[in-house]
Amino acid sequence: MADIHDKEVDQISGVETTGHEWDGLKELNNPLPRWWLYLFYVTIAWAVIYWVLYPSWPLVSSYTTGVLGSNQRAEALAALEEGIAGRSEFADKIVATSLEDISKDQQLLQFAMANGKAAFGDNCAPCHGNGGTGAEGYPNLQDDTWIWGGTLDDIHTTLLYGIRSDHEDTRIGDMPSFGKDELLDKEEVAQVSNFVASRAGLETKDGVDLAAGETLYVDNCAACHGDNLEGIQEVGAPSLMSASYLYGKTLEDITAQVHTARNGVMPPWVDRLDEATVKSLAVYVHAFGGGQ
Amino acid sequence: MSTDTHTQGGGHDDEWFASAKKIYPMATHGLFRRIKWTLLFITLGIYYFLPFIRYDRGPNAPNQAVLIDMEGRRGYFFFIEIWPQEVYYLTGLLIIAAVALFLMNAVAGRLWCGYLCPQTVWTDLFLWVERKIEGDRRERIALDKESWTFGKLGKRATKHFFWLMIAWWTGGAWVLYFNDAPTLVWQLLTFQAPMIAYIWIAILTSTTYLLAGFMREQVCIYMCPWPRIQAALTDEKALNVTYRWDRGEPRGSLKQNKKLEKQGMPAGDCIDCFQCFQVCPTGVDIRKGAQIDCIQCGLCIDACDNIMAKVGKPSGLIGYDTDENIERRIEGKEPVYEIVRGRTIAYAGIIAVVGAIMLATLLNREFADISVLHDRNPVFVEQSDGSVRNGYTVRLSNKRRHDRHFMLHVEGMPAETRVEAVGVEETFAGRPIINVGPDTTREVRVLVTSPPGSELPHSTPVTFRITESVMGEVVTTQDTFKAPERD
Repeated sequence: MADIHDKEVDQISGVETTGHEWDGLKELNNPLPRWWLYLFYVTIAWAVIYWVLYPSWPLVSSYTTGVLGSNQRAEALAALEEGIAGRSEFADKIVATSLEDISKDQQLLQFAMANGKAAFGDNCAPCHGNGGTGAEGYPNLQDDTWIWGGTLDDIHTTLLYGIRSDHEDTRIGDMPSFGKDELLDKEEVAQVSNFVASRAGLETKDGVDLAAGETLYVDNCAACHGDNLEGIQEVGAPSLMSASYLYGKTLEDITAQVHTARNGVMPPWVDRLDEATVKSLAVYVHAFGGGQ
Repeated sequence: MSTDTHTQGGGHDDEWFASAKKIYPMATHGLFRRIKWTLLFITLGIYYFLPFIRYDRGPNAPNQAVLIDMEGRRGYFFFIEIWPQEVYYLTGLLIIAAVALFLMNAVAGRLWCGYLCPQTVWTDLFLWVERKIEGDRRERIALDKESWTFGKLGKRATKHFFWLMIAWWTGGAWVLYFNDAPTLVWQLLTFQAPMIAYIWIAILTSTTYLLAGFMREQVCIYMCPWPRIQAALTDEKALNVTYRWDRGEPRGSLKQNKKLEKQGMPAGDCIDCFQCFQVCPTGVDIRKGAQIDCIQCGLCIDACDNIMAKVGKPSGLIGYDTDENIERRIEGKEPVYEIVRGRTIAYAGIIAVVGAIMLATLLNREFADISVLHDRNPVFVEQSDGSVRNGYTVRLSNKRRHDRHFMLHVEGMPAETRVEAVGVEETFAGRPIINVGPDTTREVRVLVTSPPGSELPHSTPVTFRITESVMGEVVTTQDTFKAPERD
């Protein structure tokens, strides 16, 4: 066979031609290195090995699982387990340490802050906002106004049992709807609302009898909100002198609240989050800066 | 298209894929061979033994002179200790390395390839082993043609054994840079070392064995990008291993050229002995001129000089020379060697500048560091008394090997401004004293509260200043204090 094709050699480059010719142009034969070809075979073999070892072919209702039984879902779950186990050293310490002492240990504080931040984003941020600044009806956790107290223990208790929740140890303090339930008539609601606004330094409506409002306040509100509108934490009655009002700080907002009280609910976390996480959350929220 | 193309293509794919031609480089001796041996000893000596050099850094610190501690996130190089945020030193090193390659290239072509490239160095070592066991070029060619006998098998087995030993030591030395070397050696011997160490040893053993034992010049010719780059960087003034054809041509056998000389015909010094070709590790015939396969190792210079000495002719028929000089000699001018020229000055200048910057930053390194991140959500918080509070995440780094206390002061705020650090109780004149452990970074949440009624603008530039309690080292950084927009 070999003698059939005359090996034509290109004069200029000294390279053999393949015999292919197009319009007088001849293709030179510069073969690829053989190792390159072998490498290609190796990749094919590699692919076959992979098919055998790992999940690869889709079937009608399932897929080939591969002899190694590799499963990324199982791996992810195992990694998750491992993560929880890895955290347990610090989590156990958090549980064993009092709330006050957690921040005295640099490492524990760091862990509690990180753990609290993650838990806050998952559980608290929907109502209180990512930064804990709250919204109308959802208290701002960054400022120093605390309805139920801002010490570590107060925050911890609120977290555990919630506010007006279905837990038996929950914190309850209901503000009556003075207008809606006809405890006060319309004019009285206006009078007491204007009185509160006047004391909080807000604009009031002209021609409203503030003295009557004060009397109404002493009779109806002072028991919870205090003689000087300073609020009483034990019953969850907010200070009315604070710069931050939960349901808005205008005369209209105050009037609306006196007429039809809104009483927000916070769920209890004692059964939903583990002890270390709740404690971490308390430390984290306290460290927002407003903690007492 | 003729019919015989089918007979060509069908059946034997030899036409499409060529086996690499095996190269049997011959041993030589001379100046460049000696330079190469010396560099091989120095570079491999450094690589294999550097991890065992100790350097006392005091207690609680590794005493290995060169160590990349991945777990502790530190790099140690004698007196230098690199933290993760200082990896820019690596950038500097890479810039210097790149420009040094350019400079080498501008001065004398592919100096790197021929003398310093790991591929060259290990291939050289492997070839030496091969030569010791199987003999020089002729014997190796003969051995390859020989049929398999116990003798051949023994030689081959011995060769591969030593190759694998060198390759294994190469991989082993690599992992020693990432852990305390004596400890790791013991762990490796007792099979206690981490899996990753064995994996890396396996990777580097196999790559060294394959690349230096089998791939050799093919790495330089097919796999390495540098020949292409250097071809673009070189110029007519760069020294390159050059066949001085102005002197060598017309070439011919010793006899033939002598005859020509007697007849008064032109005869070159090249006696066409092919020694330059036979010693070449990449199988280049340097007499064909500058070519991309040539790694400029200079072995052909040695080979040719040896022959020239034997035939009683001056050395240097092949030598480091420039294209320009050949032209000049043909024109009857003196050759010139312009090593100092615009290009080399520029490269050397860049190296000097980057080196100086690195040295200056190294010498003026601070041993404390502060970085401040302002809370984004919320940007500020109004308090019940009308004061405004900003939250910051402050990171303090202590690069000394002992506990240090830093006093944190926020400047640019009105008097009566409160500065608190969460978890820090100790203060001095209202300024938190933050303790940072040896060789660590501590992150603290810092709350800055303006006094009530201070009516600050929307944004106030502030300076965070830390003062170290003993040495008085001071580090500052800038940030802002945000307050509500006022109308």
